[in-house]
Amino acid sequence: MRAGFPILLASLAFGIGSALGQSGDLTLPKRIQAGAAFSIQSAGSGKGTLYIAGPGQFIKQDVQLGGTIEVATGALYNAGNYSVWVTSDSSTQAGSVEVVSAQKPADLTFIAKPSRLPVALHNAITGTSYVFDAYGNLITKPMQISFQLTNQGSAPQTRTVETRNGAAWTQMDSATREGKAQFIAKVGDISSTRIVGEVPGDPCNIKMSAKAAGNKIQIVTEPVKDCSGNAISDGTIVTFTETYGDMKSTVDVPLKKGIASVEMPARRGATVSVASGVVLGNQIRWAQ
Amino acid sequence: MRTRDLILVMVLATGCSAFAADEPTVHVQQPHLQGPRELQEQTAKAVVQDYLDSWKSMGKALDQNSPDLLDRDFVGAAKDKLAATIKQQKAAGVRTTYRDRSHDVQILFYSPEGLSIQLADDVEYDVQLTAGGKSLGTQQVKARYIVVLTPSEVRWRVRIFQSEAQ
Repeated sequence: MRAGFPILLASLAFGIGSALGQSGDLTLPKRIQAGAAFSIQSAGSGKGTLYIAGPGQFIKQDVQLGGTIEVATGALYNAGNYSVWVTSDSSTQAGSVEVVSAQKPADLTFIAKPSRLPVALHNAITGTSYVFDAYGNLITKPMQISFQLTNQGSAPQTRTVETRNGAAWTQMDSATREGKAQFIAKVGDISSTRIVGEVPGDPCNIKMSAKAAGNKIQIVTEPVKDCSGNAISDGTIVTFTETYGDMKSTVDVPLKKGIASVEMPARRGATVSVASGVVLGNQIRWAQ
Repeated sequence: MRTRDLILVMVLATGCSAFAADEPTVHVQQPHLQGPRELQEQTAKAVVQDYLDSWKSMGKALDQNSPDLLDRDFVGAAKDKLAATIKQQKAAGVRTTYRDRSHDVQILFYSPEGLSIQLADDVEYDVQLTAGGKSLGTQQVKARYIVVLTPSEVRWRVRIFQSEAQ
């Protein structure tokens, strides 16, 4: 978009300058696997210096010109393109080599989100993985990653996904039973595990009953559960509201052992309602 | 024609300073996304801009053998590898000048949880090796970079920065 004549000319200027110093091509493999040994054939005689330069790594080595220069196993291991020069006082020979990632996976990053969520949600858990070789290079060749989400009391969910450019992702449903789920990503014999807390969802319905207790009403809910039958966590607030004529009194009560109970003034004709969050329970009209 | 000749002479005369000031050509392709997360245009623009900025930081860091210049734009393995390269250059008494000439960028993946964006960049650049103020050689490189960026406080930072031949 921003190319212009001056840029082209500047490039030409740079190219001319650089070309003057170079006097030959090196013979070396076009591509090697990360960490592999390889040889470079140079021309000339006498002592020289080998430079291998890329953003991922830099190597300098004294060499003998006119022979085979050995780059040892494990010397060049970060994937990428490398410019190679062999220089002496009188000459510069150049070449390039591409280092590709090893094909065997050795590491896996795995991000699972969220770490805690309500039960019975569709595609609510996501997992993302990137696959690396032993040198920390992203393996861009397609590979099969297996994702498995297991929660006691629910059937495990398994997805097999092929990586694209080293990345793979999946989505899973949260189980219908609460508990700690194991979310595992596996490629080859490498795996990574995350724990996902699956907690009860919102109350499905709330049912209360009332009885007289002196000049008060004793109100108690039945055990409050979500729509999958999981007990709602203790501490969840249940709100009782008594309406009598223009008077309205409200009491917030935390669930204890799955139920909420409260005493409210007994007034003939009063109406008591119960709710938790957006879920409304039954109503009782006190007639005694 | 005379004006053009004059420009040519000026460019040749200014040499390295003109070289340093040049901006690369940039082409951004429509995202080709895998994944369920929608990529907002503003996010895409920010990611590409932050990525292009990272080339400038990398170029300066490698040219000046100064790893601190990587801090703004790189994180994790990408930063570690570049910093190690700078250390190796410094020990060898050389520096490298990277000049990106063109970028052809396409966003490939926005992870479902929004914590990583992957892009591919068909990039052309020159790399010049200098020791003791003397250029030892220059090469033109065409490579496809696979890059993963992750969000930080105020910008996207490069976490994986890896090239392969086009």
